[in-house]
Amino acid sequence: MALAHNIPFISIMITILAAVTSLLADKNRAARLCIGALTVVAFLSAILFAYLWQTGTSFTFSMGHFPAPWGNELQAGLFEALMALTFTVVMILSLVAGRERVVADIAPSRQGMYYLLCSLLTCSLLALIYTNDIFTAYVFVEINTLAACGIVAAKDTGETITATIRYLVMSLLGSGLILIAVSLLYAITGHLLMNDLLSSMTELAASGDYAMPCMVIMLFLAIGLAIKSALFPFHTWLPSAHGSATAASSAILSGIVLKGYIILLLKIFYRVFGLSFARDLRVADLLFVFGLLGMIMGSVFAVREKNLKHMLAYSSVAQVGYIFMGIGLSTDIGMVAACFHILAHAITKPLLFLAADGLMDVSGHSKNIFNMQGAARRNILAGIAFTIGALSMIGIPMFSGFVSKFYFVQGSFQNPDKMLVTLIVLALSTVLNAMYYLPVLVTLYLSNDEQSPHRHRQSANSRNYQSVMIIFILLNFILGMFYEPVIKALEQGLLMLGGAH
Amino acid sequence: MEFHLFTNYVEIAAVILFSVGFTTLLFHQNLMKKIIGFNIMDTAIFLFLAAKGYIAGRMAPILVEGANDPALYINPVPSALVLTGIVVSVSVTAFALALVLRLYERYGTLHLDEILYLTRGEHD
Repeated sequence: MALAHNIPFISIMITILAAVTSLLADKNRAARLCIGALTVVAFLSAILFAYLWQTGTSFTFSMGHFPAPWGNELQAGLFEALMALTFTVVMILSLVAGRERVVADIAPSRQGMYYLLCSLLTCSLLALIYTNDIFTAYVFVEINTLAACGIVAAKDTGETITATIRYLVMSLLGSGLILIAVSLLYAITGHLLMNDLLSSMTELAASGDYAMPCMVIMLFLAIGLAIKSALFPFHTWLPSAHGSATAASSAILSGIVLKGYIILLLKIFYRVFGLSFARDLRVADLLFVFGLLGMIMGSVFAVREKNLKHMLAYSSVAQVGYIFMGIGLSTDIGMVAACFHILAHAITKPLLFLAADGLMDVSGHSKNIFNMQGAARRNILAGIAFTIGALSMIGIPMFSGFVSKFYFVQGSFQNPDKMLVTLIVLALSTVLNAMYYLPVLVTLYLSNDEQSPHRHRQSANSRNYQSVMIIFILLNFILGMFYEPVIKALEQGLLMLGGAH
Repeated sequence: MEFHLFTNYVEIAAVILFSVGFTTLLFHQNLMKKIIGFNIMDTAIFLFLAAKGYIAGRMAPILVEGANDPALYINPVPSALVLTGIVVSVSVTAFALALVLRLYERYGTLHLDEILYLTRGEHD
């Protein structure tokens, strides 16, 4: 067995150890420990990706080398490695750029705990990406929920605590549905490992037994995970939670935490039910409809919003709609487009949230767009970063958002039944995106208001913040211009996820 | 069909309890009752799992000397799942109670609508 096969397990262990040991450290050491551990994990994930890319294989890692029915398993292919790499990198960048805001927003005694939660959050995301056992996935879904609620509540204002409790209640409804679905799955098949579940499900699909329970299980799993990833109409908790938290938390939650659950849903599609059986159960059609509605409604809510962070949060609802629409298309290219959009949104939305933070910094910390007139002139780098993020979300060529839209359109051509409605909603959603991002850009670049008390304020962002902004901008360009290898990796990764070695 | 309903009465009870808990968690405005609803929901799932793992007339899955035949024991996996589930449920409940306590200290009410109204007043 190659040494690289240990990387998924070691990555999860490093993050969990970093979380535990940061209890012993003071707040600055905890931050360094968390970011250091994440850097090691990012490096290891890059090695794993390179190894899998070269060998073109995927592998199953038995925990403790116990054979299949008794031991727990991890599974890694190109898809998993690429997601793990992206998530860790986005996590590091968000934490580095949001460092000053964390110091300002969170009580000094709690800052150590904040980084503990961030390590734990990465740990649970990595476990969701790599796990091959559906009950382990449930446990890490809960850990993820608690850690995500924790980094919202860390700011400790009335607004964030209320947002957290709403987030927690919605998440618990989702967890309940997931747990009952897992129990039903175990009751029918007697398995918890995804490989065994897949063979049982293939038998059930062939014989036609338990058709109704299988559909209910798939529905519960899909709805449970859709609540947690804020698919319209289950998005009600998202704007207040993402809009009120500290900048790093907003970036992490919108950029990667929502996607962790979508990846688990994809694994359930591919590795538990098998893609063809999952499509026969028609649950994908439901997700398709919700996704289309989300693309429109998320943008409509965003147009009406005057609070910049809430607007970005509603934009996340629309973008999650795109991803579910791609999954619901039930075509191979649609699936690749959805996965590409996971990556594109993971590097664009943190950029927007962090840039918005820089812009609010030079506008007296007001979140209201009207108070931010000329902010992009006062903080030039944040202005450029926000512009690039907005253009990417609208779908201007050269940026990552365009590539995913391009592939969504191609994916819809493969499915004639859904083609027309997809194209219309895509066009409408693009117009709506432009309708709320462009006025904000205009306001940001207007000349300074003479009466504004902030007109002489200069940005005082640290070197770290500035370098992260530049890295995010470059990543956006790279993903927008040189997308072909990424698409190829996702195509192969999805094949591996479906069982081809 | 009625036959199955009568033999699987524990599962029926579990599903009813699950729905009670789920709707309480979703619709009740009182935060404490929401948490109670969550606990009913999770306990219902544990009941379901425990019922699925039990095989009539067999022993608890603890090895007794001289009885090495696995057919003498019930399935231990659902019990392990229930234990893990209880751990998760307890930690979530603790976290939710801590949040509710914080909100009650700040706003003096457990009613979610009132709290939302009060926070809106704070930020406009």
